[in-house]
Amino acid sequence: MAKITYIEHNGKSHTVDVANGLSVMEGAVQNNIPGIDADCGGGMACATCHVYVKDEWFNKIPNKKEGEDDMLDQAYEPRKNSRLSCQIEVSDNIDGLEVNLPEKQV
Amino acid sequence: MIKTDVLIIGAGPSGLFCAHQLKLIGLNCEVVDNLDKIGGQCIELYPDKPIYDIPAIPECTGEELTNNLINQLKPFDIKFHLNERVDEVKKSDDSWEVKTNKGTSFNTPNIIIAGGVGSFEPRKFSPKECEKFENKSLFYSIKNKSIFKGKTVSIFGGGDSALDWAIELSNNSNVNLIHRRDEFRGAQVSIDKIQELTKNKKINLFTKYQLKNAHGTENLESIDIIHDEGEKKNLKTDYVLGFFGLIMQLGPIVNWELNLNKKTIEVDTEKFQTNQKGIYAIGDICSYPGKLKLILSGFHEGALAARACFKLARPNEKYRFEFTTTSTNLKKRLGVKE
Repeated sequence: MAKITYIEHNGKSHTVDVANGLSVMEGAVQNNIPGIDADCGGGMACATCHVYVKDEWFNKIPNKKEGEDDMLDQAYEPRKNSRLSCQIEVSDNIDGLEVNLPEKQV
Repeated sequence: MIKTDVLIIGAGPSGLFCAHQLKLIGLNCEVVDNLDKIGGQCIELYPDKPIYDIPAIPECTGEELTNNLINQLKPFDIKFHLNERVDEVKKSDDSWEVKTNKGTSFNTPNIIIAGGVGSFEPRKFSPKECEKFENKSLFYSIKNKSIFKGKTVSIFGGGDSALDWAIELSNNSNVNLIHRRDEFRGAQVSIDKIQELTKNKKINLFTKYQLKNAHGTENLESIDIIHDEGEKKNLKTDYVLGFFGLIMQLGPIVNWELNLNKKTIEVDTEKFQTNQKGIYAIGDICSYPGKLKLILSGFHEGALAARACFKLARPNEKYRFEFTTTSTNLKKRLGVKE
């Protein structure tokens, strides 16, 4: 179990408990947190679960998967701390993770 | 005006199998899709990715699944309208009048929306200033490459479209290629070619840069690009091209007075009908309690929606359930010799 904080573009913050093994994307969808669309459902086939990972966390979470950066090329305003939240698996190690949501996904 | 028993919007797996079911029970149908090819997300997003949960097919790619579905439609004559997006749906007496962005119009008692997550549209630049230059000096696809001759063209993106056009236009134009990172996702041979052209000063390559702003009164004059570390550059340019791939948007569907739930359309589970009589939704775009976004669910939903269409298309006939294994009728439609 990990506490994950999602910060919407307007600054509104949501902290929820997410079970180990789920993805950061699923944590948002299951808790009805606005700002993550996840159109393809976690198949790494779109870029609508795009998040910005806080700098202090970026190197602590599991590395990008092969092909993830290719999808991020197609995201709205990608930055160097961009990730697809469907590819970040939740575990005790990322307890306290904070992610910022982009202005929009599509 | 084309008259048809059923209009299917979306040529993905759900729409294709639904067309099969309609033709099998003796209804005619036409299919509209905004993409330039048949297959929907399967062909656009994951043609090479293996799928493992299609019943009776242990493993197949998105492209193989699409080809099999097209093959299954071979006995039937079905008109596909590709590269067209349905823009307007209007009630007229007991039927629907439908118009596409290319001006094709249909009159039909039944519309089946099999639109996945919506229609594919190009991902656009985020700075607001870009809008006023769109389709004048800023493009997301190329229709006439001769306008770039002798001009400076700034191309954004890291996939095959961006690389191919950078290579092609470098023959007759001054080309800037700008990408958000060092790696490209295009074919290796194109990446090698870009590196060679960059070395020979035929292409100016800027990596880890993105578009920040666009300047000009009538025509585009220059753009600002910004590096990952914050450094800004101003580039004089006549044209800007953006190739960031396609995104899916619900688009005009939101104007058809359907009950929507987030990005999906609410339906019943008997006919997969929406709140509008004669408009159905199947596949990823529909929602109901227990909905699973699997291709196999789309097949089931399409088969039931097809039967529901029969009533409105043939009000004076009675639908009779038959098996393809035994029915002479169905075998005739399938072109099977007994």
